[in-house]
Amino acid sequence: MKFTSVVTAGTAVVLALGLAACSGGGGEGGGGGDDDVAITMLPKNLGNPYFEASTAGAQEAAGELGVAVDEVGPDAASPDAQVPFINTAAQQGVSALVVSANDPTAIGDALEEARSAGTKVVTFDSDTEPQFRDLFVNQASAEGIADKQLELIAEQIGGAGEIAILSASANATNQNAWIALMEEKLASDYPDIELVETVYGDDDDQTSFDKTAALLQSHPDLKGIVSPTTVGIAAAARYVSTSEYKGKVAVTGLGTPNQMREYVEDGTVEAFALWNPTDLGYLATQAAAALVAGDITGAEGDTFEAGRLGEYTVGADGEVLLGEPFVYDASNIADFDF
Amino acid sequence: MRSHARPWWQRALLTREMLTVAILVVAWVVASATVRGFDGPLTITYLVLDIAPVLLVALPMTLIVATGEIDLSVASVVGLSSVTFGLLYQAGLGLWAALAASVLLGAVCGAVNGALVAYAGLPSLAVTIGSLALYRGLAVGLLGTTAVTGFPDSWTDGATANLSESPWPVVTLGLLALAAVFAVLLHATPFGRNVLDIGRSSEAARFSGVDVRRTLLILFVLSGAVSALAGVYYTLRYGSARGDNATGLELQVVAAVLLGGVSIFGGRGALHGVVAGVLLIGVLGSALRLEGVTVNVINIVIGTALVVSVVAPRIAGGVRVRRRASTSPRDGSAVAQRS
Repeated sequence: MKFTSVVTAGTAVVLALGLAACSGGGGEGGGGGDDDVAITMLPKNLGNPYFEASTAGAQEAAGELGVAVDEVGPDAASPDAQVPFINTAAQQGVSALVVSANDPTAIGDALEEARSAGTKVVTFDSDTEPQFRDLFVNQASAEGIADKQLELIAEQIGGAGEIAILSASANATNQNAWIALMEEKLASDYPDIELVETVYGDDDDQTSFDKTAALLQSHPDLKGIVSPTTVGIAAAARYVSTSEYKGKVAVTGLGTPNQMREYVEDGTVEAFALWNPTDLGYLATQAAAALVAGDITGAEGDTFEAGRLGEYTVGADGEVLLGEPFVYDASNIADFDF
Repeated sequence: MRSHARPWWQRALLTREMLTVAILVVAWVVASATVRGFDGPLTITYLVLDIAPVLLVALPMTLIVATGEIDLSVASVVGLSSVTFGLLYQAGLGLWAALAASVLLGAVCGAVNGALVAYAGLPSLAVTIGSLALYRGLAVGLLGTTAVTGFPDSWTDGATANLSESPWPVVTLGLLALAAVFAVLLHATPFGRNVLDIGRSSEAARFSGVDVRRTLLILFVLSGAVSALAGVYYTLRYGSARGDNATGLELQVVAAVLLGGVSIFGGRGALHGVVAGVLLIGVLGSALRLEGVTVNVINIVIGTALVVSVVAPRIAGGVRVRRRASTSPRDGSAVAQRS
């Protein structure tokens, strides 16, 4: 009996102290009273270099605007794990929630509840259905991605010659839309460039590697490969970097700096494109602050000033477009780690 | 034996279960007093919605752990049931029929576990780690990375709606009813006595006429069926059927059951302790999230509480045995009975 009492009292005290200690520390970290603008940044998951870059951008914007940004998030990128964090933001009554959605509908109810409590909701990177948020900060438009890739390949092959596309799977929605736009644009604006073949690496490293080898075998005059998928461009660059084609066949497309770093450094790849996640987090935070301040409501045609990125206009369906894709090359790749 | 000298109220209050209840009360009071935003009405609503699947799955888990076995496949059954429910609805089946079919599938999943444990005599830890991977694999394989959405609003709203103006969600009623059913089953029926007898000694239970195999099979079937029910709730709450739904839920469930005072070695446990254990995990998570504590720290706190809850009774028991042994060497029979 005595020991049960001791254990009861002891454990209760430990837990109570623990909770009190945590609340003391967290309270200071949370920063600011009720009058201040508090923004919660909720990426798909924590520990993901891509979102670490976007949160760095959010913090940069917060510093300039004088608002507080707290990053919270689950350790796995699943929607059910994101919901408790959205609920918490609603309980805290934060001014705005900036979220990259793990599911377009599953977190919708939680977001609606947060909004009914007065919290502004901005999605970035991955959108929800439009009715669940005030704004979506879109990283790139299909036209922008298609145009930028053609611009890069044209520059790298000197404006004329045979090119091929190494895509993801044959029914990948995004890639197919971009390829269709590139085909149109090639026909109208690049008469000297010929698209000889489109192959599919299924977003599998080995398949993409093999398809690259096959492309180069069957088209001896090939001057460039465009791969609008991060898996494909890395596999193509790996094949070309160790083959006789290195320096003769250009490789470009959409890639991430960490995957492409060694091929940019060894000269296989001159430049590739992707959006800049730091700018994306920066813009999303600027947009959230503009909503909170009442400068914009999220209606089409609203304009707001986004610090170093300049002025932005809200498009149809509450979308704000970050801009043209960002070009990574030897001069800037060292600045990025994702 | 000294314990017989305790008044009845001490015997009722100074139990392992009441320890968890006491910690829960302390945690709630401390959180209400110190955590900004915790004392609002939203806390209760979100707490109940968040713990609902954990509590559902913990009910049959309590009985399984009380027999000395474990079912680690529960979260995967939740995921598989979510996917089945979604696919059947998408295929044009009515929601009630899809619900029934999902629960039936869950019962089959549980029966497979139960048959391997009870009739093939395999350790439940090994069997259910295997089926954890198997059922999750099936769930993700069936839907891939896509999700089934578009369930009728009347159903998804029902999963999160509150009882009129109160902060209590409607699901509270269902949870209370099911918890009551399992409490009666464990504490007031011959079946419940058999469960605890098996936990104390499966050999002795068999010799005294308990059908150990049948009892275990029934428990695993119940676990599968209730987990599947939790899967349907999960789907409706988030309005989305996904293969990765409820990944890792088994950890919270086992933690709640052990925090609630059920012995991992079987033979003892009570339902009210487990309900308090589930609530305690929910309150700690909610309070710590409100304080902006990261998910890793929350896991550390819950993990530590879990280890302490398993280790503390052993240490306390060890001290008690040594004390008795040194003060009254002739009292050996009582020591043997206790340990």
